[in-house]
Amino acid sequence: MSPRARLLLGVVLLAVMLALPQAVPVYFTHLIILAMIYGIVAMSLDLLLGFTGLTSFGHAAYFGVAAYAVGVLSTRLHAHSLVAMAGGVAAAVVVAMIYGLLAIRATGVYFLIITLALGMGTWGLAYRWVSITGGDNGLPGIPALNVGLPWSMRDPVNLYYFIALVFLLAVFAAYRFVVSPFGLTLRGIRESESRMRLLGYNVWLHKYIAFVVAAAFAGLAGTLYAFYNGFVAPTDLQLSASAEAVLMVILGGAGTLFGPVIGAALVVFLRNLVSAYTQRWLLILGTVFILTVIYAPRGVLGGARALWDRVRPRVRPEAPPLPAGGVAVPGGQRSDPSKG
Amino acid sequence: MQFWLAQVMNGLSFGALLFLLSSGLTLIFGLLRIVNIAHGSYYLLGAYVALTVAKATGQFWLAALAGAAAVGAVGIVMQRGFLARLYRQEQAQVLLTMGFSFVFADLALWIWGGDPQRIPAPSVAAGSIAVGPIFFPLYRLAVILVGALVAVFLWLLIEKTRLGAIVRAAVDDQEMARGLGINVEPILTGMFAVGAALAGFGGVMGGPFLGVYPGVDSDVLPLAFAVVIIGGLGSLKGALVGSLLVGLLDNFGKALFPELSYFTLFVPMAIVLAIKPTGLFGRA
Repeated sequence: MSPRARLLLGVVLLAVMLALPQAVPVYFTHLIILAMIYGIVAMSLDLLLGFTGLTSFGHAAYFGVAAYAVGVLSTRLHAHSLVAMAGGVAAAVVVAMIYGLLAIRATGVYFLIITLALGMGTWGLAYRWVSITGGDNGLPGIPALNVGLPWSMRDPVNLYYFIALVFLLAVFAAYRFVVSPFGLTLRGIRESESRMRLLGYNVWLHKYIAFVVAAAFAGLAGTLYAFYNGFVAPTDLQLSASAEAVLMVILGGAGTLFGPVIGAALVVFLRNLVSAYTQRWLLILGTVFILTVIYAPRGVLGGARALWDRVRPRVRPEAPPLPAGGVAVPGGQRSDPSKG
Repeated sequence: MQFWLAQVMNGLSFGALLFLLSSGLTLIFGLLRIVNIAHGSYYLLGAYVALTVAKATGQFWLAALAGAAAVGAVGIVMQRGFLARLYRQEQAQVLLTMGFSFVFADLALWIWGGDPQRIPAPSVAAGSIAVGPIFFPLYRLAVILVGALVAVFLWLLIEKTRLGAIVRAAVDDQEMARGLGINVEPILTGMFAVGAALAGFGGVMGGPFLGVYPGVDSDVLPLAFAVVIIGGLGSLKGALVGSLLVGLLDNFGKALFPELSYFTLFVPMAIVLAIKPTGLFGRA
């Protein structure tokens, strides 16, 4: 895409986002809010899964820890919304810094199973530590978001605009992150850890930082969710929530950054539309998992890109290999989601 | 003293139950490198199938056999029909088994309803027995005995038979085993079925004292994972030691720090990971 076309696309998308809540029923505004929140989660997981090659199956933990932190700070300590949000993100970061120390040493399937177990343990804490988390009943009564603006954030349309702003900033930040020299180094690690080590990169530190950054984004989404929902429960960070995040990434295409946002929207809309007709959402979700793995392992965007690569006449040569020293290449590397 | 004795016995019997669950999980991982999220569902399905059979016939051991066999069959279908296509694609396999766990949980809810139920204990193991100063349910002792028998059986199978030698060869170096003319595929499917059946059998054995209810699958799964991470992925000895450790820790955790009971399991897990990332008996 030429820079002009890209700019045009951006302007059109922005206009659509601004106009949407005016044009669609409130019910859909709610769904779009959820899609944006889970979009941030899926995007942050893609930083690990698609760009660094780390399959985390405990990503909901950071989302949940941040949401619980907001709940505790704003209901028990009556903290200001922005303080609660900062506290939520900080809590997610601290937990990720501890979990990262345990998980990053392991590779491949061991990393997967350790993040999975740590996520389960965090769920257990939320479920059993009744005096802080309210146990199975969760933490109700989180007040409406107050960012010092004259508009009430109880109104879903106003909240939509705030969350859309945060969402766009998060997408921009994540994009800058993956195209930065640091992000390119992560992709190098994904492709060949030993080669990057040979080139003198501190592989462990790069992975660790990526892990904590991804958790910070997930935590940000968790704080938005707490204020949107007004209620946090252990189900928000259980294993299936982590697995759903992975599904969103795979469905949208790992390593595409924007694909997972679409994947998140698909899951959110599907869940709500299906739930209107049947009680058997879990059965359908399970079937979606199975079908995705077997028939669309590269996801919607990944599949579309593969198709595009096949159809498009080959005018440009392949992107050059990653240069030594980790200098950013204009235009970035072409990522290969199949290796995510 | 009575308190400690009772907790130790409870912990041991729970550990024996966990061994039934985690030995299958670790066996499947060791041979196929599959992180099977549906392993908790096998426990659930085994318990529900046995419940139905027990209600119809009144025979506990027949019900146990039916539960284990049904889940073993489910395992064969999953391994042959789905997982074999995704050889060595760990992430895809995890997502697939996760999908199956959702499907199984919802189907079980649909078929057996949402009320907690209990499999009646076999009449030989009804009542309790005096162990020193405390009265201990006979059934829990039976669970310890069954767990020990299964451990001995698995040890004999893996260490003392030709089949076991083939299994160990396939764990160590599958390509080499294939190269030596061993037909590995049926072994893999067979051991997957054995692992699944053990989990189903675990569900049956747990049914009389833990009950059967929707969500029991996700209650036991984290414990099984804690066991195999502590013990070392793929190691049967690790599963045994880990089961007893987790069984005891879980019981003492619940009794001493009820609020943090779940977390007390994960602290030792974290310590083991920090010192030896592959677990106590695992190999890199």
